[in-house]
Amino acid sequence: MLVQAITEFCWAPALFLEAAPQRLLHLSGVDLAIVVLYFVAVLSIGFYLKKYTKTGEDFFLAGREMTAWVAGLSFLAANLGSLELLGWAGSAYQYGILAAHWYWIGAIPAMVFLAIVMIPFYYISRTHSVPGYLKLRFGEPARALSAVSFGFMTVLMSGVNMFSMALILQVILGWNLDVSIRVSSITVALYVTLGGLLSAIFNEVLQFVLIWLGAMLISILGLIEAGGWNGVVARIHNNFPAQDFTHMWRTMGSFTDNPMGIHWVGIVFGLACFISMGYWTTDFLVVQRVIAAKDLRAAKLAPLIGAAFKMAVPFIVILPGLLGLALLDTPGHHFLVGEDVAAEALKHGQVLHTYNQVLPIMLARYCGPGLLGLGITALIAGFMSGMAGNVSAFATVWTYDIYRATIRKNATDEHYVSVGRWCTIIGVLVSIGTAYLVRHSASIMDYVQALFSFFIAPLFGTVLLGMLWKRATGPAGFWGLTAGTFSSIGLWAWVKLDPTAIRYVALSPHAKDMAENMFRALWCGLICIVVTVVVSLFTEPKPEKELVGLVYGCTEIPSEGHLLWWQKPIFWAGVILAVFVALQIIFW
Amino acid sequence: MHKPGMLSIWFFIGLLLLAYGILILGSGIYEWNHPPAVVLAELHAGVWWGGLLTVLGLIYTLKFKPRKGN
Repeated sequence: MLVQAITEFCWAPALFLEAAPQRLLHLSGVDLAIVVLYFVAVLSIGFYLKKYTKTGEDFFLAGREMTAWVAGLSFLAANLGSLELLGWAGSAYQYGILAAHWYWIGAIPAMVFLAIVMIPFYYISRTHSVPGYLKLRFGEPARALSAVSFGFMTVLMSGVNMFSMALILQVILGWNLDVSIRVSSITVALYVTLGGLLSAIFNEVLQFVLIWLGAMLISILGLIEAGGWNGVVARIHNNFPAQDFTHMWRTMGSFTDNPMGIHWVGIVFGLACFISMGYWTTDFLVVQRVIAAKDLRAAKLAPLIGAAFKMAVPFIVILPGLLGLALLDTPGHHFLVGEDVAAEALKHGQVLHTYNQVLPIMLARYCGPGLLGLGITALIAGFMSGMAGNVSAFATVWTYDIYRATIRKNATDEHYVSVGRWCTIIGVLVSIGTAYLVRHSASIMDYVQALFSFFIAPLFGTVLLGMLWKRATGPAGFWGLTAGTFSSIGLWAWVKLDPTAIRYVALSPHAKDMAENMFRALWCGLICIVVTVVVSLFTEPKPEKELVGLVYGCTEIPSEGHLLWWQKPIFWAGVILAVFVALQIIFW
Repeated sequence: MHKPGMLSIWFFIGLLLLAYGILILGSGIYEWNHPPAVVLAELHAGVWWGGLLTVLGLIYTLKFKPRKGN
């Protein structure tokens, strides 16, 4: 979901760098002590865990010893990057509660689906990675395509995130951009190189706790100031009586009825059925945390625990944006502006605050010394958890799915651990290089984000058919994935070259960027599925005995009959879905 | 997620929360009579949030501290 969040960051980096914008926040000695203590803690954990990271299983899969809670919190923390926090808080300020779709329908069904339907196959196949599963199910070409695209895009995205985070720290704190990039990336490189996934997961759990404790206070104090949720709604309606910022589905009947320019078909079929399914069930960045669980039950419970917390994340991300609408704005007037407006104003020497700064602005509104440091630490922790997730996943995919598969097949386990450590360092260096490329050309950021989005939906189509349909063949997996990816690129390029083409891609001339992303995912996901089915019907399937542990109908799923009803993952999946439905009705 | 002799992640979290709690609580008490220029300063959020972190930190540190033979 990071892709959409960052897409909202239409920064004009060069302008901001040249103009030396005013600081939004000033940190005291206590605040700085809190930030420094955080860096000491994460590095200490990395050094401490090095002695427990000896084998490949330790380094790349944390020894497959994670409890459900640790794997679940880490699963969510790897996604909770600081840009996710800032970007979606900004989106909530801009679009209202519609932004919560990306946390609820755009995440919860996919997480439940991962837990109940897909995890057994990832876990029983004992794969090291998602590309590794594709190798087992569809053969080497599908694995190679998936591994190269994932590895490449992961480090590029990491660089984009790194630059955006450093820019944010410069804008809100006045910190030097180079120092921010180097200090944060070297810290991540050190602790992941030392302890591998074990260290990344340990720190992600720590970061998860800090993100919540640092950000939750904004919402609590904001609700007190506004007079509770009813007060927030009343103030927003008073400020903007002609617009509906507080209902999730009522304005979804038409592209023109909501500020996002989106239709419920795009949300339900594009976001929920393809984008979120693709991200939460096949993006190895998050799936890696789950397959590191100690047993199948823990692996199934982990995404459910993640889902339970994910449903609550809008409290610390979406609510601050809504509080901004209620408390910062005056009737008919927005206090914050879009990045394009701010960049234009900056040319004339005027510094305006942007949507994406709503979270730090609310932080400054309520938090004095100490609490401010905790809030800033939460943002830095968010950035580092996302980056550590990227580089640890990159190291695994590169080592197992590219290096071992194509360069050196029969080396010792020790050798692969060593390669994994070097990959971590190289991954961070490439990320830093990307960050500096983005610094000199903002358009690179747009292209990197677009590139990343091309692979998500088709990969879900391929993996889904691979797991649920015995007849799907190896060539079909490869060609389905290829067709889906290239159709996504084609649709994106079509709209880029001819913006009026959005009427065909998103089914309406009134659709906006967000709607285009949703519908593009829908079409390329469907194309992937259709091509996979058609090619399968014309090619020879694998014998069933080769599909054991990989496909539904050929795999014996361990019975959970010995567990009490409340110990079964399916029970908690039902509870989570019931809460999810209740939230949709409450905020309808 | 325990290898023999390995400290629990919750112990590290407890230690950090305890340190943060003491710093934030101390800062909140120090500024009791001179509240910072923030909205709702009269609620002294630093004191009760710092207190909460201290209590949470203490609980986790004690519950997950390394024990003999562990």
